[in-house]
Amino acid sequence: MRFGIIVFPGSNCELDCQWVVERVLGQQADLIWHKEKELKDYDCLILPGGFAHGDYLRTGAIARFSPVMKAVERHAEDGGLILGICNGFQVLCEAGLLPGALLRNTSLAFICRHVHVRVENTATPFTTACRPGQVLRVPINHNEGRYYVDPATLRQLNEKGQVILRYATTGGEITDGANPNGSLDNIAGVCNEGRNVLGLMPHPERAAETLLGSTSGLLLFESIVRSGRAASPMSR
Amino acid sequence: MTEPTITQEIIAAHNLTREEYEQVVAILGREPTYTELGIFSVMWSEHCSYKSSKVHLQTLPTSGPAVLQGPGENAGVVDLGDGLAAVFKVESHNHPSFIEPYQGAATGVGGIIRDIFTMGARPIALLDSLRFGPLADARNRYLMGGVVAGISGYGNAVGVPTVGGEVCFAECYSGNPLVNVLCLGIAPVDKLFYGRAGGIGNPVFYVGAKTGRDGIHGATMASETFDEKSEERRPTVQVGDPFREKLLIEACLELMRTDALVGIQDMGAAGLTCSSCEMASRGGTGVEIDVRLVPRREEGMTPYEVMLSESQERMLLVAREGAERIVQKIFARYDLDAVVVGRVTADGLMRVRDGKRVMAEIPVKGLVADAPVYRRPAVRPAWQDEVQRLDLRQIPLPRECGEVLLRLLASPTIACKATVWERYDHMLFLNTVVGPGADAVVLRLKGTERGIALAMDGNGRYVFLDPCVGGMIAVAEAARNVVTSGAEPVAITNCLNFGDPTRPEIMWQFAEAVRGMAEACRALQTPVTGGNVSFYNETMGQAIFPTPIVGMLGILAHIDHATTPGWKGAGDVVVLLGQTREELGGSEYLKVYHGLIQGRPPTIDLDLERRVQQCCLEAIRAGLVRSAHDCSDGGLAVALAESCISEPERHIGVEVNLSETGRPDALLFGEGQSRILFSLREADLGRLEAIALRHAVPITILGRTGGSRFLCTGRTFTMDLPVAALDQAWRGSLPTLLRQG
Repeated sequence: MRFGIIVFPGSNCELDCQWVVERVLGQQADLIWHKEKELKDYDCLILPGGFAHGDYLRTGAIARFSPVMKAVERHAEDGGLILGICNGFQVLCEAGLLPGALLRNTSLAFICRHVHVRVENTATPFTTACRPGQVLRVPINHNEGRYYVDPATLRQLNEKGQVILRYATTGGEITDGANPNGSLDNIAGVCNEGRNVLGLMPHPERAAETLLGSTSGLLLFESIVRSGRAASPMSR
Repeated sequence: MTEPTITQEIIAAHNLTREEYEQVVAILGREPTYTELGIFSVMWSEHCSYKSSKVHLQTLPTSGPAVLQGPGENAGVVDLGDGLAAVFKVESHNHPSFIEPYQGAATGVGGIIRDIFTMGARPIALLDSLRFGPLADARNRYLMGGVVAGISGYGNAVGVPTVGGEVCFAECYSGNPLVNVLCLGIAPVDKLFYGRAGGIGNPVFYVGAKTGRDGIHGATMASETFDEKSEERRPTVQVGDPFREKLLIEACLELMRTDALVGIQDMGAAGLTCSSCEMASRGGTGVEIDVRLVPRREEGMTPYEVMLSESQERMLLVAREGAERIVQKIFARYDLDAVVVGRVTADGLMRVRDGKRVMAEIPVKGLVADAPVYRRPAVRPAWQDEVQRLDLRQIPLPRECGEVLLRLLASPTIACKATVWERYDHMLFLNTVVGPGADAVVLRLKGTERGIALAMDGNGRYVFLDPCVGGMIAVAEAARNVVTSGAEPVAITNCLNFGDPTRPEIMWQFAEAVRGMAEACRALQTPVTGGNVSFYNETMGQAIFPTPIVGMLGILAHIDHATTPGWKGAGDVVVLLGQTREELGGSEYLKVYHGLIQGRPPTIDLDLERRVQQCCLEAIRAGLVRSAHDCSDGGLAVALAESCISEPERHIGVEVNLSETGRPDALLFGEGQSRILFSLREADLGRLEAIALRHAVPITILGRTGGSRFLCTGRTFTMDLPVAALDQAWRGSLPTLLRQG
């Protein structure tokens, strides 16, 4: 399976994503500089974490205008998979590929630590390797991770099963105490209606090896690979 | 544009003494121009020239089997095996952080990162050692808040994880906080780069951000003490742009993979001046620069201002003649300036032109190698005996040891710092096997089975009470922290924070502390690979505790040796390596409970220290050790308590009995050195005893892990506390203190 990792100036998790895709999963991952206008035939694009264009002005606000984004949008329209992690999630929201916005954490401070998230929908290419309601232990690492969306869209997200991850207790309860940043309804990750674009604030690539304390983030990557295998080679 | 005429006032404003000015005239064979005076002023500032410290620093051991590069370059280099090298260095940014905490700390991070990637290494980790005054004072809370936000804001965005460090508090840092930042990078051994200008006629490139008026005379500012007018110095603090620096890192590392680069150095303190003349000095060449070609972001800047600006995120590099296009193409990709501003010359002169006009022409040797060196008078202060005097008979025993323990756990120096390090990205690059909060940070070394451990340490109170012993302990404790994490200590970098070196008592503290560090470095075979001296840490004539900070680098033979302080399960045996003496001098207990900063620091026997460390390492490598924790601030009781609570998702109680005689407070809270707390399976006890016997290290079986209580008994005391109460005191303290007011 071929992954393409979009590198904006200021991105910094691209090498980590590449490490997990290549070294842990044994798949191929190319780094793609943001000035590229054409993309090769990738199965899954990753928009990694970091501070694209310095995140000056507003997170993701400048990155959406990077030359590569037109091709990213076409990839989404064609049904290709896109995974936006942290800053990548913020970029996808700014680009309109995902609903909602990421506001500043209620603590007004950057937070880097492990949290727990509950898998809300396993019927997506990103979550098939998870059990329904499974609790994952993954780190967050952001200053602007408070998910917000208007009430009408929120209803729609819930009805169509587009909320993929919610901050939860270790036991899987959705509580205020388990919500690290004030996200609406504890939302940690959402997908588009076509379920081929996922954005999440936690960093699954940081929870992909036993040595680093957790492997539950690996389930998302394994799901992607599994979905690639399920699709017949002819279909692409 | 004409330059001001040199007057006595102008010379004095440049912080040059009369003798130094006469030396300038002798070197030039004439009176200096205004630009030349500015150049001499910054290059001969304490910050750049090390003129007061040099004679002492030369006594430190700097070579060893693993050291590839000792002091004198941008950073030290240690061989990690498998063709990899660790490039690391610590640097202070105390003065700017006091004047403007956010930008001061942020640019401190940016500066040390440039020192690392300029050597060809990818920066992979940052650690900070911070010192503040008590948090009851709103200004100290403001300073700490600003410094932490600055480290977080810059470090996270530049994409180098802040994986650890330490934060301590004492009254003396109220007027003078310390911000020492360490950066570690990894480079291929055969692709290291140096700050050397070579190849006559080669182009000198200016790359990175544009030059503004920020930071002019920053190095000079860092070479003065503070008074009530220090706030007015705010314009000498630079402003950082982590995004620009991130691009600079990537562009420089990309350039280093080509064959275009000859030498490279960052523009840090004293900016273009220091980088150009140091590169020429190391290369044994001259350098010519036309300031008119320097990219600027402000209009009307004079040659003097361009040469002295400390604008951030800039590098000076020498490329191979004919490779100009390669350099320009790479930097254009990152939208960074890359301009040829001069040439390497054969005449040994630093020539600064403004178009056709020559503004400065200085022999490089005179400026760098012949800079003044002082053996300043050093006198043991009269009050030293007084502060060392401690009669334990005069110190009342605490009524309730449990209450003392809770107070110590809540003392900000000991309390949990999660509220600080959760603000830092400490996981980037997927190397952080043991993160902040443990004795040392452990990183895996990708592509090998080994790991790297890093610890920062330096107890200013010990050094204040006895500079030599305090200096030894700083090294020994840093080494011990690396050892308890499973690594063999290899080399150090140090940051020496002291007061005004023209005061004999400060110079004595400095000389003694360096003497102690040198002795410990020799005994523990951890040479010094570089570092930084920060003098003039005084406000209104009040000096800080002399505070040498040691950054220790260790290597784990196998990453599986990584060991942490927290108990791993119930029913394990708790063992103490080393010996407890009846010592309380300089302890956190004396300060927190009795309000005393008094006595001699704990004694240290470097031979015993080495044996304890070797014993610990052998036991860890043999797979016997489930948890290991250094006994330091707060003594044995605090070490035991921390082992119960250090892992938030796994609290485990302990039941121990201390059978020694003597004062219970000394037994529990004394900070005797060379002690390590282990937990291990009972079945492994015999093997540990055999190892300890071989190293002639005393061990004591203290008790057993398990349950949810902290139960510690002795001949004359009982401490029985719920582990949750320990956790509440330790974890809850800092957030509460920072919220007040």
